[in-house]
Amino acid sequence: MQRMMAIVERELRKFFRSPTLMLVSMVMPLVQLVILGNAFGGKIHNARVGVVDYDHGEQAMRVHEMFDSVAANIKTFTVVQCNDERQAREDVRTGKLDAALIIPAQYSRRVLARDSPKLGLVVDNSDQFLSSSLEAEMQSLADALNAPAVQPKVVQQIVLQIVELYPYVEYMKYFLAGSIALALYVSVMIGGGMLYIDDKARGVHEGFLVTPITRVELVMGLNLAGAIKAVLSGVSLTVIGSLLAGLGVIFHPVRVFQLALLIVAVSIAFNGMMFLLMVRVEDPLVPRAMFGVLNTLLFFPSGSIYPVAAFPRWLRAIAVVDPFTYAVHGFKAILLKDGGFAAIQTDILFLFAFGIGTLLIATPLFKRTL
Amino acid sequence: MTTHKSDPRYADIAIAVENIVKRYADFEAVSGVSFQVKNGEMFGLLGPNGAGKSTLIRMMTTLIPATSGRAIIAGFDVAKEPDIVRRAIGVIPQALTSDIDLTVEENLSIYAKLYGVPKAQREKNIEELLGAVDLLKWRDAQTKTLSGGMRRRLEIARGLIHNPQIFFLDEPTTGLDPVSRVAVWEMLDHLRSTRELTILITTHYMDEADHLCDRIAIVDHGKLVALDTPIALKASVPGNSVVDVQFARDAGEWRERLQSLAGLTSVETQSMGSYRLHTENGPQTTASLVALAADKGGVIKSLSVQNTTLDDVFVHYTGRQLRDEQVKAPLFQMPPRPGM
Repeated sequence: MQRMMAIVERELRKFFRSPTLMLVSMVMPLVQLVILGNAFGGKIHNARVGVVDYDHGEQAMRVHEMFDSVAANIKTFTVVQCNDERQAREDVRTGKLDAALIIPAQYSRRVLARDSPKLGLVVDNSDQFLSSSLEAEMQSLADALNAPAVQPKVVQQIVLQIVELYPYVEYMKYFLAGSIALALYVSVMIGGGMLYIDDKARGVHEGFLVTPITRVELVMGLNLAGAIKAVLSGVSLTVIGSLLAGLGVIFHPVRVFQLALLIVAVSIAFNGMMFLLMVRVEDPLVPRAMFGVLNTLLFFPSGSIYPVAAFPRWLRAIAVVDPFTYAVHGFKAILLKDGGFAAIQTDILFLFAFGIGTLLIATPLFKRTL
Repeated sequence: MTTHKSDPRYADIAIAVENIVKRYADFEAVSGVSFQVKNGEMFGLLGPNGAGKSTLIRMMTTLIPATSGRAIIAGFDVAKEPDIVRRAIGVIPQALTSDIDLTVEENLSIYAKLYGVPKAQREKNIEELLGAVDLLKWRDAQTKTLSGGMRRRLEIARGLIHNPQIFFLDEPTTGLDPVSRVAVWEMLDHLRSTRELTILITTHYMDEADHLCDRIAIVDHGKLVALDTPIALKASVPGNSVVDVQFARDAGEWRERLQSLAGLTSVETQSMGSYRLHTENGPQTTASLVALAADKGGVIKSLSVQNTTLDDVFVHYTGRQLRDEQVKAPLFQMPPRPGM
């Protein structure tokens, strides 16, 4: 035990004496949180929508009024009056407009005659996000135009009433779970991957190996120290990130305890995974080369940015075994939902099992000789 | 626990290496080396870079397993009782491996804990060793602020923190300036006498081996080519002294004249008018040479006499200069270890 704790002491003394690791491990997740959280979080504003009116009738005026209302209030788009459909299409193609609405001739007459009236919407579907947002907005306008002036006493159509369990979740809050997981990953990657291999290459491990320390003591010492460093990074980012995202979770003792438990579980899982990956590596370039690959392979399929349910089957298979998935799910459950222990128990069990399992595989692979 | 201490073959023997071999795929780094080091002896492994010195020391210190043969350290077989061997030895690797972010005292303290030294003993050992390596006033300094020589002294203290019986040092003065090298030599001499240590040191510096070691083993291409005391090794080279002479004018006639001098073992032509004479008696040959030059009307441009050095010993046993090997050394690349 004394020998294992000597390894932990050495690692932590170095860590606190040179806090670069903690700063570096938090910079990337914090930058991502602020930039992506704000970039992805907003709704579409001030998209330029051209309106070509070949009708000029009473019903066309209703369309214009609704457009003006949107432009003046929620400002999803601004209206640009156009005279020519062909020119409007060209403007959408060249990016001068984001979409164009065509009100055909005889539109008002067809509405009144209930003769399949149609409005045309030209969209630039090379930008899926913008085009689908505008389509949704236009569809809701069309629904409003279709609504009868006087509601019947007995509603004939099925109405879906949506109950939102939580207040509106801005994207920054949604993304915070991924950012905390990312901070833990970066800390483990630098502290447990790069520095570990650097020490090996510098001959520091040679110094350890000539002492009577056992393989298990050395492995446990290195991993315990790595997990402690990751926990410190995770806690720091949770506090800073929660304040930035406007979440008050850090002021609720029970949820703080749940967060602490989850951070420990994630640290152990990530550290075990990293140690298994690095246990036979000698070249200091390898962990640096792996950093980006692992980040993409583990972080993006985890559901931190986009829901796992939207992934193809092969990507979902990665998500199932990816400890990031359970970390992100657990953090979301605590930060956004307050689901209690029941919501995170599977995540915690998986993460602890994953960490212990990877360590059990890595320990016999660790070479007690050079 | 199997000990060889009661075996009369190993009585008073600190290190016994028996026909040890280390092979990496098709490359044999160490080929059947055998030697013994007595308790209290300072033993040198001398050879160029890539000769197999570090591989030998790593096999003796449990760092790499031998392909065949065995090493008995402090009475225990390295392969069978590695933990007992580790407690009995102190090792200073070739690279400076102390933690630069930690203080001098922290470096020592952590290694004392790795060796399981109890707290009271730990504090006492640190105090004594810091005094012995003259780093007492630097105990709270971060290691990154120390000079190369001071860091090497710290590493020497680190290797002795658990009071080992046998101390292995792999090229401890490589990269140090001449003053620091001498300081390390003096320190090792002092530690050896005060702590009754057996020391095995590898070096490619002839003067270091000559100054420090009771006995020297010359290693080349993984083989032991000579083993004896520095004096005996020098005596084994034909011609105890070397006389270098250069004549102002020479059309080749002086080589024949020089061969007539008494007591010479060989005459080598260095360049036109410049000769190296190997002789059993340097002063007498010099006097005869001066008399011969006066008799023949020759003008001596330069003349020097020196005793045989370990450089001559190395050339004698390996057929080439050690410094040539050092220049070539960066070209040598250790082949990858199996499974890596």
